[in-house]
Amino acid sequence: MKEPLIYEISSPGRIGVNLPECDVEEAPLPQDLLRQDLALPEVSEVDLIRHYTRLSQLNHGVDKGFYPLGSCTMKYNPKVNEDVARLPGFVHTHPYQAPGTVQGNLFLMYHLQEFLKEISGFSAVSLQPAAGAHGELAGVLMIRAYHESRGDHKRTRMLIPDSAHGTNPASTTMAGYETIKIVSDARGNVSLDDLHAHCDDTVAGLMLTNPNTLGLFEEYVLDIARMIHECGGLLYGDGANLNAIMGIVKPEHLGFDVMHFNLHKTFSTPHGGGGPGAGPVGASDRLAPFLPGPIAVIERVDDICEADEAWDEEGYCYRLRMPESSIGRLKAFYGNFGVCLKAYTYIRMLGATGLRQVSEHAVLNANYLLSRLKDVYPLPYDRACMHEFVLSGSLPGAPGVHTVDIAKRLMDFGFHPPTVYFPLIVPEALMIEPTETESKETLDAFADALIQISREAREDPELLTAAPHVTPVARLDEVGAARTPVLHCLRD
Amino acid sequence: MSYIPTTDADRAAMLRVIGVESVEELFGDVPEALRYPQVKLPRQVSEPEALRELREISEYNVDLDHTPCFLGAGAYRHFVPSVVGHVIGRSEFYTAYTPYQPEISQGTLQIIFEYQSMICALTGMDAANASHYDGATALAEAAVMAVGASRGKRRKVVMSAGVHPEYRAVVRTYTQGAEMAVAGDQDGVSEVSTLAEMVDADTACVVVQNPDFFGHLESPPALRALADAVHAAGALLVVSADPIALGLFAPPGNYGADIVCGEGQALGGGLSFGGPYLGYFACVSKYLHKMAGRIVGQTVDRHGDRGFVLTLSAREQHIRREKASSNICSNEALMALAAAVYMTALGKSGLRRVAELCYHKAHYAATQLSALPGYELLSERPFFKEVSLRCPRPVTEINEYLLDEWGIVGGYDLEQDYPHMANTMLVCVTEMNSKEEIDLLVEALSNVEEEA
Repeated sequence: MKEPLIYEISSPGRIGVNLPECDVEEAPLPQDLLRQDLALPEVSEVDLIRHYTRLSQLNHGVDKGFYPLGSCTMKYNPKVNEDVARLPGFVHTHPYQAPGTVQGNLFLMYHLQEFLKEISGFSAVSLQPAAGAHGELAGVLMIRAYHESRGDHKRTRMLIPDSAHGTNPASTTMAGYETIKIVSDARGNVSLDDLHAHCDDTVAGLMLTNPNTLGLFEEYVLDIARMIHECGGLLYGDGANLNAIMGIVKPEHLGFDVMHFNLHKTFSTPHGGGGPGAGPVGASDRLAPFLPGPIAVIERVDDICEADEAWDEEGYCYRLRMPESSIGRLKAFYGNFGVCLKAYTYIRMLGATGLRQVSEHAVLNANYLLSRLKDVYPLPYDRACMHEFVLSGSLPGAPGVHTVDIAKRLMDFGFHPPTVYFPLIVPEALMIEPTETESKETLDAFADALIQISREAREDPELLTAAPHVTPVARLDEVGAARTPVLHCLRD
Repeated sequence: MSYIPTTDADRAAMLRVIGVESVEELFGDVPEALRYPQVKLPRQVSEPEALRELREISEYNVDLDHTPCFLGAGAYRHFVPSVVGHVIGRSEFYTAYTPYQPEISQGTLQIIFEYQSMICALTGMDAANASHYDGATALAEAAVMAVGASRGKRRKVVMSAGVHPEYRAVVRTYTQGAEMAVAGDQDGVSEVSTLAEMVDADTACVVVQNPDFFGHLESPPALRALADAVHAAGALLVVSADPIALGLFAPPGNYGADIVCGEGQALGGGLSFGGPYLGYFACVSKYLHKMAGRIVGQTVDRHGDRGFVLTLSAREQHIRREKASSNICSNEALMALAAAVYMTALGKSGLRRVAELCYHKAHYAATQLSALPGYELLSERPFFKEVSLRCPRPVTEINEYLLDEWGIVGGYDLEQDYPHMANTMLVCVTEMNSKEEIDLLVEALSNVEEEA
């Protein structure tokens, strides 16, 4: 099943595309500015297509099978979204076209902002950030700008629970804050005692994921919000787990001041093998002026946007504006518009009822799987879970088997493994998120596989430690890859 | 329709196994008073209704596939071969996540490895990562990385005014909490000799764009002199470059750049109203361990067969948390795949040919336009596919006239970012602009004085 590198099938003189002749008189090239060589491959179109098609077949994707990767919400990606994102009227628009010539794009951005506001309870949304971590950076910079705008310069610390995604502390550092770790209690909640001990006037805010990365809803979230607000801090919401609570509760009602959405998780836009995503950020009244921009607004027609360019007969048109005290631009142009198109379509097709059904079934599926597995794999926090749950791969009677072995063995059954070794507070963690788009039959097959693997772990551990057995390559030497990095195939 | 396969019978059976009466019981931890809020969204629509609605929305836009367009300024209309869409449209690629489990992700991993190889070839660098969000964020990460390479001791970024205005804004957004200073660009400095003079012991890097925002090409010897001055002061040279230009012109590795990054949208990506795009990023091996983002490396499996994995992850947020080189997690993998397919389809001669076509057509346009009364080129310096044109009237007025009377989307108004450049249009010409389109633009602009 080995596929050669594209450079290994290159042959001088081949080309994979037909380019036009030059229809103008050629200008002399500035010889002293030119490059001498360019080591790109030379292949025919048929060789190109076969190479990339064969490589695609080495991948596991949601369209091929179950992908219960915790924290990543690998739900089915509806095909209609892909068709919408390829409509020529959207694809062939330049970000610097005059507003009157892109009213369709601006309408769509404006209404997606409105939808996200309604789902979350926030008073304003910016679509600028290109991914979840990018939205986090926006949120932390907004918190910083808010304190600075009040002349409050003593707040230098961001509180972050020990169960948080690694992006939270990394975003905090980028924004110039110190990270303070808050421990979890025996029920998997943020420890109120530890939080209380750290709440003072040096605290800029708390970054909270709710449901948290254990898949548990913070039982004292209202107390947490009150405590952080009482010390003058703000509450940031990591929206990675929004799939559990749409139509169930609005984050703003829980006391969050700012939160990012992962359109590529909750709103079904595909992950693309590692992007593009989109990480819009929503804010309450007091943080809204600091949102990154520009954002789409609707305005009465004035002399800038002429009447014949207006969206409707009443003379309104859509425009892009920077929020009043914006932290600035987070990327060039206006966010990952093509991704926003897919999320808009998804929300239009589901409506409020459909979105609530999504969350209800995401939680139902997770609890069903949990119930089938909790007597087989150690469960560190025995509570009803939300859309995901965390088990431990430390199996009684199988001392030589680790979570990584269980994960690799799952591949032999045609499943993508869960997220492993995260959150860090659970040793040998297996973080399982089935999503709402999986059938009971799929969940049962996955549970059966994990139960069989737990038996194999005791009876034939080598079957696990040598796994996977049926994949295109066997277990790979990751240590060796880092020790002697080979990062390209060019001859030096 | 929520794409949920669960039947009523399934649901009843599942609730029995869980041991609860209803789904609502599972939400017992959610504060009861806040549970089930009213959510007001438009009534849901069926698939054909959604398709019709979205198509109708799209028709409110002026579609550049049917309109001659001379707008560039960081987002470019280049030919995208059919193979690109067909490859990235394979759902084995687009429905996968970041390749954390390499044994079932060799497709994505090998392509990123090949992409990294092509980016190294294009830029003359030693190592490339799997991508950033876009050219602007790649540049901001380069500035942050240069500070990191000095272990935080050097806090100043000297940046040319010739860098894309929005990229410069993003560098400022990224660094606003980090006690870093950005100098040069707001004073209008873009001469490489002046930039070199600004370098001091606190300077982490000098940032230039080539071709610059006005379309000018800087000469390799001048940039080599800048690199030497920058290195002598212990700083890094960061170059933001249009990858299409690199098909024809000297790679920044040849003149001493330490980091090369830029917007990769031109490599097989659509315009798509500004995103998703592709930030490409590469550096010399000396700074490899300071680089942000995902990196793919070659290795072997337990049978000794070649394979690929994500590597050097000790730099990254999921391992290093607050000490990570960046917070980046999801990047633009699918756009990197598009770029790899594009560069494969064109190959060494095709990419050069596309760059030559841009060059010839832009020069034809410049010659014709500057011959019109009232128009002149901003400078005599060499340029690639964009050229700054002084016009007899404000650019906004001219563009309105071009669109309304001639159905042409004109160039970028430089005055909005550079107040001293009144009446100056940045005209972009690529291989997508036919001679007829260029001639039409020339004819239209020749009528501006009387009619606009």
